[in-house]
Amino acid sequence: MKRTVFRNRWLPYALVAPQIVITLVFFYWPALDSVRLSLYRASPFGDRLIFVGWGNFARLFADAAYLRSALTSVVFAFLVTLIGLVLALVLAALANARIRGLAVYRSLLLWPYGIAPAIAGILWLFIFHPSYGVLPYVLSFATTYQFNWFLKGWVAMTLLVVAAVWKQFGYNLAFYLAGLQAIEASVLEAASVDGAGPVRRFLAITFPLLSPVTFFLFTLNMTFAFFETFGLVHSVTQGGPGDATSLLVYKAWKDGFENLQLGVSAAQSVVLMAVVIGLTALQFRYAEKKVTY
Amino acid sequence: MARVLERAAGVTVARARGRRDRSGLVAHAILLGSVVVLAFPLYYALVISTQTVGEATSLPPRLLPSTAMLDNYVQAWQRAQMGRLLFNSAVVALAIAVGKIVISMLSAFAIVYFDFRGKQLVFWMIFVTLMLPVPVRIVSTFEVMTRLGWVNTYWALTVPLMASATGTFLFRQFYRTIPDSLAEAAQLDGAGPLRFLWSILLPLSTANIAALFVILFVYGWNEYLWPLMVTTTVEMRTAVVGVESLVPRGGSQLAEWNVIMAAAIMVLLPPVAVIVLMQRWFVKGLIESEK
Repeated sequence: MKRTVFRNRWLPYALVAPQIVITLVFFYWPALDSVRLSLYRASPFGDRLIFVGWGNFARLFADAAYLRSALTSVVFAFLVTLIGLVLALVLAALANARIRGLAVYRSLLLWPYGIAPAIAGILWLFIFHPSYGVLPYVLSFATTYQFNWFLKGWVAMTLLVVAAVWKQFGYNLAFYLAGLQAIEASVLEAASVDGAGPVRRFLAITFPLLSPVTFFLFTLNMTFAFFETFGLVHSVTQGGPGDATSLLVYKAWKDGFENLQLGVSAAQSVVLMAVVIGLTALQFRYAEKKVTY
Repeated sequence: MARVLERAAGVTVARARGRRDRSGLVAHAILLGSVVVLAFPLYYALVISTQTVGEATSLPPRLLPSTAMLDNYVQAWQRAQMGRLLFNSAVVALAIAVGKIVISMLSAFAIVYFDFRGKQLVFWMIFVTLMLPVPVRIVSTFEVMTRLGWVNTYWALTVPLMASATGTFLFRQFYRTIPDSLAEAAQLDGAGPLRFLWSILLPLSTANIAALFVILFVYGWNEYLWPLMVTTTVEMRTAVVGVESLVPRGGSQLAEWNVIMAAAIMVLLPPVAVIVLMQRWFVKGLIESEK
């Protein structure tokens, strides 16, 4: 790689200084402190820290509430990702004709990306509202079952999943449409001439050719579902009813900020760190290999 | 024989065209349907925000606008201190967007155009921040803020969020596509590195800056956990966090959903407007920043 290099002894350091200072003070320091705190427990009077080694982690993994929260998070993340991707892919494939105004549609589908998860949650909260919402009202004609998310965990979970999928939908669709536009029409036409029907064409050609887009959207949606949905839980269900929607991020915050269990909360942060490292590694493996097809 | 083939080919083309028209119609129908379904929650919120409490909580639900709009927005504005909250959000979103862009342009410039000891280390340090999102720094963040005396300040709301691995990589990628001859020519003309950055790289980067700005403004405006952690007073909250305080918890509170929806509309409008108005840059930003 040839690159004209400016020579200066101190300037490059001055240029990276703001970035590095912020990184050290607000990323590395608190992160390392979380790791340190995860090995301690506050004394009964809260005046000093007692070293407990792996104690917090042992407690965490023996705690039924924490394991439930982990399971809830995994289920939530997979539901949001799978429903979101399947919907977007099917609609994109059906809509992928050479039509006018695709750009207009794209802008009409992209805007929910700008809505904060917390606000998206509040919009859907009212649609789901057991007394006034339009959805339970419509459903009441079909069944006597009470779709009350204040009382039923799975309805609350559905509410959060729907809000999250809604917020991400336009974004997923836009990437799939872009991916489909890149597939040569001649390939599909050739398959069509060879007698492949639309479903077979989709399964044998379109879907495999889109695998890089799918993989990219998968890691992105998983990261979103795990790490950017705190506001959604906090503003809508606050983890309830019971702890049916207490996602890991919400629980870590609640244990740290409201229950003031610093060591336990820190241990949860460390576990979350492992999750994000895994997702990032996955993303960069993809970036290197571009997922072969 | 040739003529038969030609005629057959003609028929096939005509048939293909007919199929294309039909699939075009199907595509329009599907896309229009998605647009409508996607827009419904926003429409519903808008409609509710124009109704009186009685109308908003009546059964069957009313799906048409009413006349209480002004009243509801004034109520939301006064009750939740929306003026103050929206001002805070604007300050935070703008400061984060501009700060991130400046800081990542500077570090990308250093990484691409200079050789210096520790460059690899700097690069990896920036990279690793991708693996340290806000949720993994929950407990210690507040203590760091307390030590700095930053709790309830704009510093706390903005500065810590200004580091940007994504931005740095985006500018690094872009600078690498700029021909070496430009920097050589600048050097021959006696321009120093900062002069080169200001007069040549900056004007060339405007499209990237605009793209990144949209993404970062939306990110800054919509951040939730961070402002919740580093502020304790209503005056320093951002708008996205503030709306939550209107949502009734428990049965005793009167649910004024018309006012809540008015507040929600006020909060979601600015970032959505930025996306719609800067559409072109937004799409570019989405695609570039995820490379």
